[in-house]
Amino acid sequence: MSHNTLLVFEVTILVLAIFVGIEVISKVPTLLHTPLMSGTNAIHGIIVVGAMIVLGLPDKDAFTWVVGFAAVVLASANVVGGFVVTDRMLEMFKKREPPKPVDASQDGKRS
Amino acid sequence: MSYNLANLLYLITIVCFILALKFLSSPAHARRGNQIGAAGMIVAVIVTWIRIGTTSWWAIAIGMLIGGGFGAVAARVVKMTAMPQMVALFNGVGGGAAALIALAELHRILPEPGAPKVDISLAIVLSALIGSISFSGSMVAFGKLQDLIGSRPITYPGQQFVNGAVLVAAIAAGLALVAGLQDEWLLWALIAAALLFGVMFVLPIGGADMPVVISLLNAFTGLAVAAGGFELENNVLIVAGMLVGASGTLLTLMMSRAMNRSIANVLFGAFGQVSAEAAAVAAGDGGRTVRSASAEDVAVMLAYAHKVVFVPGYGLAVAQAQHDVRQLADLLEEKGVEVSYAIHPVAGRMPGHMNVLLAEANVPYPQLEEMDDANREFPRTDVAVVVGANDVVNPDARNNPSSPIYGMPILNVDEAQTVVVLKRSMNPGFAGIENPLFYNPKTVMLFGDAKDSIDKLIADVKTL
Repeated sequence: MSHNTLLVFEVTILVLAIFVGIEVISKVPTLLHTPLMSGTNAIHGIIVVGAMIVLGLPDKDAFTWVVGFAAVVLASANVVGGFVVTDRMLEMFKKREPPKPVDASQDGKRS
Repeated sequence: MSYNLANLLYLITIVCFILALKFLSSPAHARRGNQIGAAGMIVAVIVTWIRIGTTSWWAIAIGMLIGGGFGAVAARVVKMTAMPQMVALFNGVGGGAAALIALAELHRILPEPGAPKVDISLAIVLSALIGSISFSGSMVAFGKLQDLIGSRPITYPGQQFVNGAVLVAAIAAGLALVAGLQDEWLLWALIAAALLFGVMFVLPIGGADMPVVISLLNAFTGLAVAAGGFELENNVLIVAGMLVGASGTLLTLMMSRAMNRSIANVLFGAFGQVSAEAAAVAAGDGGRTVRSASAEDVAVMLAYAHKVVFVPGYGLAVAQAQHDVRQLADLLEEKGVEVSYAIHPVAGRMPGHMNVLLAEANVPYPQLEEMDDANREFPRTDVAVVVGANDVVNPDARNNPSSPIYGMPILNVDEAQTVVVLKRSMNPGFAGIENPLFYNPKTVMLFGDAKDSIDKLIADVKTL
């Protein structure tokens, strides 16, 4: 596949991703905005894939070694930290009542 | 593993990420969503590793252990109140990684014969520029939230001009690269200017606006990652980066809308400066009186109310009082009082920050009411207890067109029969804006540390 054909495909999925991103996020309640931010934060940790590719280049010089290694360290911190923090937050969201949709008029009694 | 097979397997990761975001739409299965996202990430790492083969595998492993170990420990030990700065930190390192990859890619392709393709050099420039701004900006946001640097806006005359000049310099270096000037130093200059811009761009933004800034920088890192995908011709980077870029931008806009301010006003308004005008207004309040009450009085009010609504703000987080508030609420519920929590979308230092803190204290989420629902309930509320919140209950936002927060939707606590404000002192809040709610005849102030005050209330309610 020529470079330009690939580029057209890449731009296409880029634009589609914009719409998917907006679509899935618009349904998230404000209750979960902090975990949402933290969760998307973990997802952009996917840059670790790029960092691995750079550090995994054959025949690289000292400069690429150093830069690639630093990138792997930073990106791994992003991935692991992001997912662990988000998990810690979401773990705490519990409800006491039997399952029912979030109800604005609580009557204060507990199960 | 071939390039095509790898990209096909990356599709699993992409689907996992989309599901992760989709599952976040309800607290009931949000955690499962996050786990799916993490599983997708593991798939991507394994696929990449197989594709690379054995080249420098040990260096990659050591790098991952160092970075991942730091991330895991930091994320485990951090207190829930310090969550915003932790998110800022993890966001910054992601942006930094994107910028480093751009540097390495340029270094690799420059010696190759012929000029680099325009789209590749454009992607390199963009991910270096945005990634660097995100890195240094996030570090400043981290410093502000961690109180390493003052949270008040830092401003000087001509600031916007200087910031603009630095950004233009960075963009100029980028354009030169894209135009075909093959010099690695141009990218170094671009990164230096972008790092400087990130610092100077966040410094003048007040601590109260940090949630919006972190959300914006989060979107920035996403965009830098997507640009990195074009550099490396890697579909998972493009899609995942753009998902974050688009959703982060939307979240940023939603938050500035919740404050009724334009995104430009948040970023360039240096909101929260103590202006001469505000000081004059504050001085004029000297004649008005504030009613303060003892914990015993407030305890009686609470215990004999039908409906009590707690309005938490950042002061609750600072005082670590979320567990005590829950205890008090449980005690009141045992006495037959109807209790709920009214959560303003921008209360705290991160969107939804209060929800996380109260969830930490085991408050069931159906009791957490969003602003519009809560505002419907205030007219039939006996006591609204404001714990460490200020601007989000400031009636000036409704009534006083000269107030800097005029037009911001607020929690109308002044519609309740009585308002109890727990506050350390009469100092204006984080944004430095005077609050007439405190002078309202309906309002009683309970001065002191929020945690101490709540503990006293618990003790007093128990004796009733």
